[in-house]
Amino acid sequence: MKRIITMTVLNRPGVLNRITNLFSKRNYNIESISVGLTEQEGVSRITCAVHVESDGMVEQITKQLNKQIDVLKVADISDQAIVARELVLMKVPVLPHNRAEIYSIIEPFRASVIDVSKDSIIIQLTGETEKIEAFIDLIKPYGIRELARTGTTAFPRGNQRSTQQKSFSFV
Amino acid sequence: MEAALKETKAKTSEVSGADLLLNALEKENVEVIFGYPGGAVLPIYDKLYDSKILHVLPRHEQGGIHAAEGYARISGKPGVVIATSGPGATNIITGIADAMMDSLPLVVITGQVATGVIGTDAFQEADILGITTPITKYNYQVRDIKDIPRIIREAFYIATSGRPGPVVIDFPKDLAAGVAAVPVEEEIHLPGYQPTMEPNFLQVRKLSEAVSRAKRPVILAGAGVLHAKASSLLKEYAEQQNLHVVHTLLGLGGFPAGHDLFLGMAGMHGCYAANMALYNCDLLINIGARFDDRLTGNLKHFAPKAMVAHIDIDPAEIGKNVPTQIPVVGDAGEALRQLLRLGGSPPVQEEWTETLTAWKKDFPYHYENSDALKPQKVMELLYEKTAGEAIVVTDVGQHQMWAAQYYQLQHADRWVTSGGLGTMGFGLPASIGAQLADQDACVVAVLGDGGFQMSTQELAVIAEFQLPIKIAIFNNKALGMVRQWQEIFYKERYSHSKNPVQPSFVKLAEAYGIKGFEIHSEEEAHLILDQVLHDKEPVLLDFRVDGAENVYPMIAPGKGINEMVGVKK
Repeated sequence: MKRIITMTVLNRPGVLNRITNLFSKRNYNIESISVGLTEQEGVSRITCAVHVESDGMVEQITKQLNKQIDVLKVADISDQAIVARELVLMKVPVLPHNRAEIYSIIEPFRASVIDVSKDSIIIQLTGETEKIEAFIDLIKPYGIRELARTGTTAFPRGNQRSTQQKSFSFV
Repeated sequence: MEAALKETKAKTSEVSGADLLLNALEKENVEVIFGYPGGAVLPIYDKLYDSKILHVLPRHEQGGIHAAEGYARISGKPGVVIATSGPGATNIITGIADAMMDSLPLVVITGQVATGVIGTDAFQEADILGITTPITKYNYQVRDIKDIPRIIREAFYIATSGRPGPVVIDFPKDLAAGVAAVPVEEEIHLPGYQPTMEPNFLQVRKLSEAVSRAKRPVILAGAGVLHAKASSLLKEYAEQQNLHVVHTLLGLGGFPAGHDLFLGMAGMHGCYAANMALYNCDLLINIGARFDDRLTGNLKHFAPKAMVAHIDIDPAEIGKNVPTQIPVVGDAGEALRQLLRLGGSPPVQEEWTETLTAWKKDFPYHYENSDALKPQKVMELLYEKTAGEAIVVTDVGQHQMWAAQYYQLQHADRWVTSGGLGTMGFGLPASIGAQLADQDACVVAVLGDGGFQMSTQELAVIAEFQLPIKIAIFNNKALGMVRQWQEIFYKERYSHSKNPVQPSFVKLAEAYGIKGFEIHSEEEAHLILDQVLHDKEPVLLDFRVDGAENVYPMIAPGKGINEMVGVKK
């Protein structure tokens, strides 16, 4: 099952290395990881999407992450109401005869064309992983020259706090 | 005149990175450093020349870090190590991993090439931060001279607090040599690191209630009890509640071996009573053990009928290997203090006590006597003749298990062994650190001929400081534990486990100016041990033990703790 774990960490050299190292050392399978600054100076937020076999494993992952000296807070937000987004950029070849067809797919997905050249365009799309997957499937037949995805970045909705919802054994 | 005055004033308010380092180490009351000089740490060594701190030069960096581990285990203070960059630093990797596995506090300072050439594959450069990330509790690279005092303080704090562990500080040469204005002392600020000392009262009460309801309770005590300095509290609690105690390999000494409530060591080579207690108990109270696979055997058969309570300062250990019903995060001492205060009447468990006592009496460790010198006999003699008061340091292998089985430790902090990583070559240097930590103690280094040859060069340190260590080599001319496994699991195909060429260990000792004896029989063993054990000088004892002897009882890999072999009534 897929779980989304977010954490805030001190923005120090080597922190991301420490986190990814922990995942590989403990044999956890990581699907995506995204990092960026937060509203607080010196603090970054990391969002990890991981595939696990059991609840026990998520518990172990969060505990091991929590143990890291540079990690301020860890939360498994998968069971909360969350907003999760990723961004994809793709370069797609466009010929005069299928231009209109491609644009008709872009529109309902609210994707945007952010670069146009003689024989290709670059499309940008943000959304949940499923939406991105669906869009890629639709565009695939036209050929995708290049593709780059950011991985999920996520947040609990509204005034929910991103604290542990599950009653893990260590609370 | 005024300009000159200004200049001297400026000079006096500036210090070098190496100065800042040594000042900070002195502030942490460091008494001894195990270190090996080299290009990248020369600025530090120049300052060390004038320092009051005792510097011990191992003959290989590996020896230095194992010595620091021995020092940390016995003194309870962090072992401090200095190695130079590149090869110096990579030579201590095994020791760092060993300390991480066994939760020993170390502060390791590695030299690094100058900041200007980091990343250029400069002479003697290695990415020590990258290499040590998975095997340290934390690591630093100094990037600004003014951070040095803070980094040292944080390093000592992290290494010793919560679950202890090794901290590496990578120190570029130009920063050690460079000067800066005396930095302003900063408070330690580690917002992401707040180890829980005080356990949750409700959880402790739950545990206390479970104890009073239990019919077949047992305590499993690990090294966490020793790290928390809680062995007397453990004894008090076990006595108050009439609870039997089994130990892990690393926890030995945390509960007196002669005590009526002591069942023995559990695990792969543990005793029958301890393992059967774990198998049959209905309440397992784990205090500071991490359920290592060498202890649990096949998890399917581990404490299958028990409610499991686990007291640990590291929350990530709880539920990692064994599902836990009563988790208690906190210091073992604090938890035991709360349990003692809650008290309550001991559980009703006469039948259980009878069963345990019978197991203990009927299935002791055993070996066959013969004309050959039996290693178990040697261990028994060492125990008798030191009255169980010695600090026992072991290497890794058969002799380690015989030491754990036959040396009945009565006190805490008298046992130094490499448990988690099982590092050969650990014993001899670790005994140096142990002896330096307790200079009046009788230190016995129990080694195999294999492990001894992995760090023989440290005899030089023993000779140099005239450390009165008794080096007891259990010489079976083989890598005994490997040989045993090949005998049992590989159809007696002894692939490269017999030492084809062996020097005379006695002559080797003599080459360093250390007395040595070769011992072939039990009578000789009696005679020589009486003669040398209480001498205030080092001695090497080459016990020529029965090479066919195996460690029993045993749980084969993949088997459960209820499936021991080699148990005899």
